[in-house]
Amino acid sequence: MNELLLGIFEQGLIYGIMALGVYITYKILDFPDLSVDGTFPLGAAIAASLIVKGENPYLACLAALTGGLCAGAVTGFLHVNLRITSLLAGILTSIGLYSVNLRIMGKSNVPLFTGGNMFSGSLAPIITIAVITMAVKILLDLFLKTRFGFLLIATGDNPQLVTSLGKSCGVMKIAGLALSNGLVALSGAMMAQYQRFSDVGMGTGTVVIGLASIILGESIFKRISVMRPTTMALIGAILYKASIALALKLGLPANDLKLITSVIVIAALAFNQKAFSLKKLITVGGGSTASDSQPA
Amino acid sequence: MVGKKRLSFLVSVLVIFTFLLTGCSSAQAKASSKRKVYKIGISQIVEHSALDAARKGFIDALASKGFKDKDNIEIEFQNAQGDMPTAQTIAQNFVSQRKDLILAIATQSAQAAYNATKDIPILITAVTDPVSAGVIKSLDQPGTNVTGTSDAAPIDKQMELLKKLAPNAKKIGIIYNTSEANSEVQVDAAKRIAPEFGLEIVTAGVTTTNDVAQTLDSLLQKVDALYLPTDNTVVSSMPIVAAKTLAKKIPVIGAEGCQVDAGALATEGIDYYKLGFQTGLVAVDVLNGKNPKDIPVTTLKDTELEINTDTAQKLGIEIPQDLMARAKLVKGGGK
Repeated sequence: MNELLLGIFEQGLIYGIMALGVYITYKILDFPDLSVDGTFPLGAAIAASLIVKGENPYLACLAALTGGLCAGAVTGFLHVNLRITSLLAGILTSIGLYSVNLRIMGKSNVPLFTGGNMFSGSLAPIITIAVITMAVKILLDLFLKTRFGFLLIATGDNPQLVTSLGKSCGVMKIAGLALSNGLVALSGAMMAQYQRFSDVGMGTGTVVIGLASIILGESIFKRISVMRPTTMALIGAILYKASIALALKLGLPANDLKLITSVIVIAALAFNQKAFSLKKLITVGGGSTASDSQPA
Repeated sequence: MVGKKRLSFLVSVLVIFTFLLTGCSSAQAKASSKRKVYKIGISQIVEHSALDAARKGFIDALASKGFKDKDNIEIEFQNAQGDMPTAQTIAQNFVSQRKDLILAIATQSAQAAYNATKDIPILITAVTDPVSAGVIKSLDQPGTNVTGTSDAAPIDKQMELLKKLAPNAKKIGIIYNTSEANSEVQVDAAKRIAPEFGLEIVTAGVTTTNDVAQTLDSLLQKVDALYLPTDNTVVSSMPIVAAKTLAKKIPVIGAEGCQVDAGALATEGIDYYKLGFQTGLVAVDVLNGKNPKDIPVTTLKDTELEINTDTAQKLGIEIPQDLMARAKLVKGGGK
């Protein structure tokens, strides 16, 4: 199989886990969470430093997931208990994590070329990645159908309902943020092993990729009612990676790469204009900031 | 049925996409069937003057040995614009096109390329410490498909120069991006060497170009002179570094020529164009059949003294005659 196509699916599915994490905050909780830029490299840092010490790569992934859970809970605590606006709470966590990540790794770049990692076995990386990503997706789908999952959805949609059931919206938000950032950190841990290095700068723009994946997937597949939003987010992540690969493949001047990528994504959205409603995009963005004024 | 329509649209998009992805490479294969045209992919992590100069030197070196772009070689240049996953995609793209040689500029590009292929020869440049980056086993004998040049700057020569130009300086500030492995290596080296010259190093970290101005404001109050490593973020912020240091009359020693062009006082450093050129000559050996795993990774041996006379004048520093005689003099930069 063509390495480039394979790379798109491998990277797309790894980023897909991150997109699922962002989906929980952005779509379900209606919480624009920027801590993602810090928790993605946090996962990479935890996994890399454990693997260098000779730990099992899968245990390292679990440790990364746990680290992400804690970081997400910190964002939730800042927002719910200290009443810091959602955007700022996320920013503060991600800024703080930059130094934490440097501390964890001890230096800015940890290579993982020597020694084993989750992709160094005989199994093709794409299979490992696909299995983990599908497992995460299915578990998330099942989780959202549990009582706790319904409460989480209600926290974003109808906070009064949650309160009337005698549950705390704040606790639900913290739980959602923790879960979301746990997934993001897991994705970072896998990415570090996939690219064979962890770099403290690798988180820059993660939240943008996550949002782009969700919106891209949703606007293209919205009309297929049987498709779950989590599936849309996953395919969106693959399509976003494909746009970058296509932009590279077109062989246009190197400096235009990001512009071309954005034009390709715009074109994909424009083709689906019926499904793509600018109005919704604006109200979603505006709605989330408006709700900031009354946290918890 | 809307769903069906959408599905057929999607299928057509996928078909077009696959065609675009595979179409380009088959066209290239046709061109190479006539006569051996070497395909070279250049992957650069981000655009800035030093890395661009290295790339230019590389291409010129190939041309000087008869390997001309669009003639008997085909160069494809890709820039990840600072995005690490994109560097991975670029490397995978090069591998899928079966490039004959890959030039990776800067550490993350080198790591991405090495991750993508263990077969295609990879030439690296502007990687300060390729051993700790994990892409080679040792400088003398890489032992992998990677070889090239390191931009490790001769810090002792820089300190010597600093003592000559600012004899009274005791505390030397270093501003660098804490996320750049290249810079860390240099800061550690500077800290190690400084006591030999009776100097004390004061470091300040930044994470983006946006932090540079504020960080300088605090750092410049504590130091007598400033040393700039070959840090991608600092190089990109040279105008503000030059402006702030001139305002405080603090001499700046750079690690490479581009910084002096942009207003630093002087450097006894490496020229990235020459470094790229040296890398290009190694690439010629590789194209002629030498195996990268046996070619040592080199640094640039001869350093070049470069002095910005405008900056010297504004600082009121008299340049000693012996330095003037062998220096490359430049003007301009800081306002």
